[in-house]
Amino acid sequence: MLFARWDHRITPYLFIAPFFVLFLVFGLYPLLRTAWMSLHRWDLLDGPVAFTGAENYTALLADPHFYNALVNTLSIFVVATVPQLLAALGIAALLDRPSRGSTALRAVVLLPNVVPVVAVALVFTQLLGRDQGLVNWALSWFGARPVDWQAHAWSAHLGVAIMVIWRWTGYNALLYLAAMQTVPRQLREAAELDGASRARVFWTVTLPWIRPTVLFTAVVSTIGGLQLFAEPRLFGGTSTGGNDRQFQTLVMYLYENGFDRFDAGYAAAVSWVLFALCAILAFGNAALLRRLVRRG
Amino acid sequence: MRRTSGPLASAALLGVLVASLFPLYWSVVVASHDNAALSRRVPPLLPGAELPANAREVFGAVDFWAALGNSAAVAGIATASNVLLSTMAGFAFARLRFRGRDKLFAVVVTSAMVPAQLGVVPLFELVGDFGWYGELTAVVVPGLVSAFSVFWMRQACRESVPAELVDAARVDGCSVARTYWHVALPALRPHAVVLGMLTFLASWNDFFWPLVVLDPHRTPTVQIALSTLAGGYYTDHPLVLTGAVLGTLPVVLLFALTAKRIVAGLGRGAVGR
Repeated sequence: MLFARWDHRITPYLFIAPFFVLFLVFGLYPLLRTAWMSLHRWDLLDGPVAFTGAENYTALLADPHFYNALVNTLSIFVVATVPQLLAALGIAALLDRPSRGSTALRAVVLLPNVVPVVAVALVFTQLLGRDQGLVNWALSWFGARPVDWQAHAWSAHLGVAIMVIWRWTGYNALLYLAAMQTVPRQLREAAELDGASRARVFWTVTLPWIRPTVLFTAVVSTIGGLQLFAEPRLFGGTSTGGNDRQFQTLVMYLYENGFDRFDAGYAAAVSWVLFALCAILAFGNAALLRRLVRRG
Repeated sequence: MRRTSGPLASAALLGVLVASLFPLYWSVVVASHDNAALSRRVPPLLPGAELPANAREVFGAVDFWAALGNSAAVAGIATASNVLLSTMAGFAFARLRFRGRDKLFAVVVTSAMVPAQLGVVPLFELVGDFGWYGELTAVVVPGLVSAFSVFWMRQACRESVPAELVDAARVDGCSVARTYWHVALPALRPHAVVLGMLTFLASWNDFFWPLVVLDPHRTPTVQIALSTLAGGYYTDHPLVLTGAVLGTLPVVLLFALTAKRIVAGLGRGAVGR
């Protein structure tokens, strides 16, 4: 009896304890220590050198390489996300029919998301090669001169965005599809009885219904997009992202400062600015989501 | 009525399938030729015969067996541990009553949204203090259970573990641990397969943290070995893509085996209506 009472009181905490121990040690503590570090001149290997207050942040806000990385990150994010989510909606609409809902079909659509991001980056780097790449070969049919994809900001951003689009469109399409399949039959049929075309049913019934999922994917894509690292890093082979940093993202800049230059304090400041950006964009999206859901 | 599909829709769907599969097909094409074939004016469009030779070269250039073994170990441990710890925590959050439960769960949800890469510099220091720098432990331990897994399993518990059954077990004097083992876990088995698969994939495919903390010569994972292969001044594309094919094959096979459940369970992590 005593054991039972003790058991029902204590055991739930024991069940959740492993998560919280790991979160405190490997999640929360590093995050807070990042803030502390960012207020110091701090060498990655030797530790703190001097307390410098906000110096890292003032330096960062005057650092052209930081703004360059910020603009690149946002540019790639927009080029990757907007077409991706639109295409995902279209694919979900195509699959949202009984005859097309087969598991095999959906598995193929999801397949790119299963492929390691490193492998994705490597095959697209080959496809976009200047001399041997298939894309330039195809462009040459139309008389285009070979594009040196890494050499220009626009083409490098496009190349990296294509990798992201390939890997994530199918995943988002299946999330939309799952949401579309919860649209009540009567709602759709009522609209069809009123003589609405299929396109109209999609815009007036399906899309409003799946709006929460659309906004969820927008939030996830935002957080993921701000953290982009593997694709551009492998596209150029270094964390500078091209000779003129034309495709260096914020996390690559973080990596360059922390692990190429051992300037841990500065890297920590980049981390916190990135964190603030994620928080602002995610909270902004979440507020939007709440408002739209209430309205919908 | 308008349930018939037009030729345009079918063509679009076909395009999607081709786009999904083509880069994988192309990896195999490049991996099965040599550099001379690839630099011809018209690139080869069908697979060639050089794959075995390229594969031998990959295993000679980097310790790919070690990389495969390390990746399998890291991802295998992450899978087993995430399934065990997240079913425990998910069960507690979904079906047990204890003080502070909702607030603690809010911590789980919040932490799932914090990008893990942001604490990477102090994490690197911490792992060094533990003496784990360059060791697989540095990748394994922080990944033992994720907030995503806990969140996901709580949802699965709410769907599949009947509250009445848990309460009945309690009235009958069954301990919490036994209730977990005999009531919750059997009901969660199908979900565990999906979460296990998602965990294995995420762990196998992870790049950033292993790149920071592992020793590419002594403790490479597959992704690190691939980036080493690609890293030289001159990129040998057939070699690199042979490595990519070899490193992708295990996850694609695993996916093929469990695709049915994964596809069905995918919506869970997102917004449930």
